[in-house]
Amino acid sequence: MSTSLSLPQAVEDALLGADVTTSRRNFLKASGALVVTLSVGVVPGASVLAAAAPGPYVDPDFRQLDTWIVIHPDNTATFYVGKTDGGQGTGTAFRQMMCDELDIAYDKTSLVMGCTDVTPDQGGSGGSDAVERDGWPMRRVAAEARRTLLDLGSQRLGVPVEQLVVGNATIALKSDPAKQVTYAELIGGKRFNVALTGRNVDATTGVAKVKPVNELRVVGQSLKRYDIPGKVDGSLKWAVDVKLPGMVHARNIRPPFAGASLVKIDESSVAGVPGFIRVVSRGNYVAVVCEREEQAIRAARQLKVEWKKPAAAPFPASSELFTYIRNATPTSSSEPEIVGAPDAAFASAARVVEAEYEIPFQGHTAIGPAFALADPSNGQMTIYSNDMKSYGLRNGVAKFLDMPREQVRVVYMDGPQVYGRTAADDAGFEAAFLAKEMGRPVRLQWMREEETAWDTKGPPYVFKLRGGLDASGKVVALEYDARAVDFNHLGYNEPETVLIAQLMGKRPQPAKGGAETPSVMYGIPNRRMTASVVGLPMIWETPLRTGNLRDPNGPQVTFAFEAFIDELAVAAKADPVQFRLDMIAASAEDEGFRRARSLAVVNAAAKAYGWTARPAPAPRSEKGEVLTGRGISYTYRNFTVAATIAEVEVNTQTGRVWVKRLVCAHDCGLVINPEGLHHTVECGMLHGLSRALWEEVQFDTEKVTSTNWATHPSFRHGDTPERIDVVLVNGDPNPRRTDLAPYGAGETSHKPMIAAVANAIFDATGVRIRRAPFRKERVLAALKAAGKGTAA
Amino acid sequence: MSIVKLEVNGKTHEVDVDPSTPLLYVLRNDLDLRGPHFGCGLGQCGVCSVIIDGNSVRSCLLPVSAVKGAITTLEGLSKDGKLHPLQQAWIDEQAPQCGYCQNGQIMTAKALLDRNPNPTDAEIRTAMEGILCRCMTYYRIQAAIKRAARGTATASVEAAQ
Repeated sequence: MSTSLSLPQAVEDALLGADVTTSRRNFLKASGALVVTLSVGVVPGASVLAAAAPGPYVDPDFRQLDTWIVIHPDNTATFYVGKTDGGQGTGTAFRQMMCDELDIAYDKTSLVMGCTDVTPDQGGSGGSDAVERDGWPMRRVAAEARRTLLDLGSQRLGVPVEQLVVGNATIALKSDPAKQVTYAELIGGKRFNVALTGRNVDATTGVAKVKPVNELRVVGQSLKRYDIPGKVDGSLKWAVDVKLPGMVHARNIRPPFAGASLVKIDESSVAGVPGFIRVVSRGNYVAVVCEREEQAIRAARQLKVEWKKPAAAPFPASSELFTYIRNATPTSSSEPEIVGAPDAAFASAARVVEAEYEIPFQGHTAIGPAFALADPSNGQMTIYSNDMKSYGLRNGVAKFLDMPREQVRVVYMDGPQVYGRTAADDAGFEAAFLAKEMGRPVRLQWMREEETAWDTKGPPYVFKLRGGLDASGKVVALEYDARAVDFNHLGYNEPETVLIAQLMGKRPQPAKGGAETPSVMYGIPNRRMTASVVGLPMIWETPLRTGNLRDPNGPQVTFAFEAFIDELAVAAKADPVQFRLDMIAASAEDEGFRRARSLAVVNAAAKAYGWTARPAPAPRSEKGEVLTGRGISYTYRNFTVAATIAEVEVNTQTGRVWVKRLVCAHDCGLVINPEGLHHTVECGMLHGLSRALWEEVQFDTEKVTSTNWATHPSFRHGDTPERIDVVLVNGDPNPRRTDLAPYGAGETSHKPMIAAVANAIFDATGVRIRRAPFRKERVLAALKAAGKGTAA
Repeated sequence: MSIVKLEVNGKTHEVDVDPSTPLLYVLRNDLDLRGPHFGCGLGQCGVCSVIIDGNSVRSCLLPVSAVKGAITTLEGLSKDGKLHPLQQAWIDEQAPQCGYCQNGQIMTAKALLDRNPNPTDAEIRTAMEGILCRCMTYYRIQAAIKRAARGTATASVEAAQ
């Protein structure tokens, strides 16, 4: 493999060198001229960071092929895409898809992602849409590049295109393979100058068609992720590693109570801190700036600030949250989704089951607190960030600082996991504000207590469910009512709703938020589904801000719904797998074949687990200290379907739940990289387990009190299952179809976990726990209340 | 400020810092190392871990002046351009997702295998319990440790013969 492709190091270094980004932008600007471009690996002095490349930072034109693909003189290629990769291997998947369409070997390519001035704006990441939506324009532009090269090759070799073959970035005569020309010989270092069409970036296309699935060779291979070596040998330059000349360090000082207003800052309290430069404050936003990082941390701790509490408590204590939600008047409700005649069906049902479920606020609690470095050089603003939606950060910061968009850019680099956290990228806005104030590059990182308390949260829910069974145990009626605290849900890097804007007093129209209904293919003839949003007393300047957390409502909704379905199966004395299969079979097929694919994943999960049919709970002849049970849960997210089985051990003396074994059957259509998908599905499940077993935001009536890893525990090594099986399913009725589409996989396996564990705990103990997470104290209390706890 | 002498990855460095500065900031900001990361500053997550005299130590809490002994960071594990068996196992198992915590995982695993080359599953879990991963790559990490341990075992058997 060419050393020029030791990525991502070379790419990141390349992006950080002023000469390199300037030549990339000049390359994009040049028209018709023969411009020699960089090969990412041969960047002189790449490790030396330069000041921000001068702007203006014009948007790369997605309707130009040169924006997406560059063929280098050494017959390698670089792909430029407007996405980001938080470590789920999407960057590797993009390269695989583009390599197949371009007919170039994977190891002869490199990829640049998410940097606003050199990659087309595909919006960054979110909603597991990387290969599902954004992969299509990537494939089409690569196909168009191949078509263009074939035309050039035809002219060079003097034969019609039909008489040529392509492989490994080389075009040859079918009749005489020795007569060949490489891509580099045709266009290396030069522009394609091919215009593309498409009403928006998602629709970008040339005239070439993408290959049918049966002709894909790189797609479907378990290639190793290119970003991993740099992450294990310490060579990767992360966003947090960027250092700039004249850079200073900042730390925030947050209000000690939600909704507190700043009365007075005593700057003399930090005058003696070595390296102290300045306190910056506006409204209720306060930060200190120092020469060194540890000095900024010390100054932030030492600064005396007087705050005034708000007149009324901003929110109920977490212990009162669900009572509050039940009693609140909704700020909005969805149109009821009514099918059949639910009231009549309940009236004639042989048996009616009712239950309520509760799930608290859960946070992102990223392993690395929020970060950004902002550089105001040249009267512009460059932000080095791991923002998953870097384009949105660029637009938002331009508005926030009242700067022309062309003077703002975001350089996307690796950072800690961000399942929606940087969709509202507080640190990016704060660093940019501070950099503008200071006139120097400012590096800002949040502290742990700040991150855990003030990051955006997934909405808590209270659910009321009612189900009616007929005499044969079939579900004939179902009622679902959900209430979520989600009023003023944060949008994507909106300059008026990120935390600093709120603290500075911005008060835009609050977003309505959205509570959701379940995603299952169950044919239930009579049903009523309603979902409402409620607000907390204080919706601004509060750490209980809801935002997008990995499938923002899915884990909560699926917890309640799939656990309740289990309750109905228990009432029907039915096997929970067969009970679900029967309901799926009773539904109508849709355009994504979700009915057929749902049946396939539920069957595949049961088979992989070795499921034997019986109703829950598990029959027990003796009472042991550790009880074992199994639970299934099923869902879909968009067009990806998954079924998960959890096997648990419940310790009846301590209440500890250990999920010993996990099975997930997963169908996301065309699989780009089986090994990468397997890994993403696996980690998604374990993140779901963390939310099932541990995660819960706790607060009193004025502040979050769970602010570190002791008070806000997370899943750990000791919680890890001893066995995980991931089964990749293709349940399409025509599995070999040549237009099989790939669907997103970043969130679906995460979604059914809480319900699977709840159902397994019931199977083990006969006790239904309707309040997540299932920490040992809660489980033990439930067991004791049911007379099933055992004395230690 | 005062001059502090540190031995890091086999090289001696002198830095002029406040002696109470936690080691992490000196490694990252003065010595430009990229392995150890800031995660909590409280000694709770382990992503800042380095090895000092064979022990995995949290550099976010340790004052630089209190360092007694040679420091090894993630960057110092490879020898003569060859990855440490744990690093290779990490690649083989494709362990990381975002990778931000993997420094702490690998350094703690190294300290474990150095004192116990053939740990049981339970010993791995216990030794690694204090190192958090929010991408939840634990299953892969444990597989990578076992893979590296098997490699170590094979090598020592060969050496004995």
